[in-house]
Amino acid sequence: MTDHELHVSKIRDGTVIDHVTGGQALNVLSILGIDGSEGLSVSVGMNVPSDRLGKKDVVKVEDRELSQSEVDVISLIAPEATINIIRDYDVAEKNRVDRPESVVGLLSCPNRNCITDGTNEPVETKFAVVDEGVRCAYCGTIIRDSLADHIHPSQ
Amino acid sequence: MRQDHLITATQLSRADIEAVLDRAAEIDADPAGMADRYPGTVLGLCFFEPSTRTKMSFETAIKRLGGATTDMGTVESSSVKKGESLADTVRVVEGYADALVLRHPSEGAAKMAAEFVDVPVINAGDGAGHHPSQTLLDLYTIRDNVGLDDLSIGIMGDLKYGRTVHSLADALTNFDVRQHFISPESLQLPRSVRFDLHNAGAQLREHTELEDVLPELDVLYVTRIQRERFPDETEYEKVAGEYRIDAETLEAADDDLAVMHPLPRVDEIDPDVDSLPQATYFEQSHNGVPVRMALLDSLLSEVDQ
Ligand SMILES: [Zn+2]
Repeated sequence: MTDHELHVSKIRDGTVIDHVTGGQALNVLSILGIDGSEGLSVSVGMNVPSDRLGKKDVVKVEDRELSQSEVDVISLIAPEATINIIRDYDVAEKNRVDRPESVVGLLSCPNRNCITDGTNEPVETKFAVVDEGVRCAYCGTIIRDSLADHIHPSQ
Repeated sequence: MRQDHLITATQLSRADIEAVLDRAAEIDADPAGMADRYPGTVLGLCFFEPSTRTKMSFETAIKRLGGATTDMGTVESSSVKKGESLADTVRVVEGYADALVLRHPSEGAAKMAAEFVDVPVINAGDGAGHHPSQTLLDLYTIRDNVGLDDLSIGIMGDLKYGRTVHSLADALTNFDVRQHFISPESLQLPRSVRFDLHNAGAQLREHTELEDVLPELDVLYVTRIQRERFPDETEYEKVAGEYRIDAETLEAADDDLAVMHPLPRVDEIDPDVDSLPQATYFEQSHNGVPVRMALLDSLLSEVDQ
């Protein structure tokens, strides 16, 4: 932790998602499909003072690494986030998130009449990242606000 | 056209559109000249929603090119009823046909279908999404009557769910056209269409009253406001009534105005308009065959190479 020490125990292997926009920690967990029932050891810090962001959230998840689409969606709700992969108590990798060009899976289209919605079609949802937000590659519907409401983890 | 499929009008450049319209004009001048162009070519008709005009017009077009059709029939009588996915249906029909024409109640259906097949897919209507082959015949009709540049068009009715409106508005951004959108507030253009129009630099204005803009129009494109868009009958009658036109309405319009409609109409254009010189909707409908012949020629000749 560069800013302030988060008072939770260190993890041996897993992922620390730091510099999450204040208030978005629970949305990060829902992107990861974590609700506690998985038995993973999870620590969450919310509105922790941060030199860079004023206030930030931090999410630590033991024994879990992130897929690219999870990182892509996190980047949209927490553009300043850093992803630290921990192996044997050390930071093995530290990456800033990049704004992706598109997001595959994880988000569901809010258009109830979209071909990707609730049908038995063998396709994943796909959204192009546009200035205003994200846009369904199939029906064109634009999600501008509250992206987190449309998170639909596949697992 | 350099594309393999026709999914939305946003994929069409001015050059693409003009190539199809020019070809359609040649075909129109000599319809029999194309009779042996595609012998043995089969067009697969996948209509998941009832349609008479669009389907008949594609059927006639491929037959006049020397080809034939294969038709999945109605949804009630097909394997779709048994729960088959669209992706499976098109992959099966692809084995019977050289190109597919797809109408489906869900937005994005044609886009998705095109990802699963190698033959050209033509979107003949995807829910409230797009209907680009209709747009090509609309543009052909506009060009024939009033030309496509320095044009004022009024597009009226259900702009929110009207797929012909969405495709037409997108395509018109390729030309020097002032687009006036006339509708009740609840049926204005959806955000996704506005997004595309804005990106394309469209000149657009929105109105709730036709009379505000009627005198300056070269084209009035009327679409149907459907009852199911309103919570109750009274509200529907009240709103829809304001967007019906008759001969008296058109007294305020230019003599050279072209009144268009994708058809079928119900009561949004009074039959007393039919005999006026401004009535262009039957001509528009007839243009469906040569324009779809030109479109099929464009897509199928790409397959040949
Ligand atoms: Zn969609």
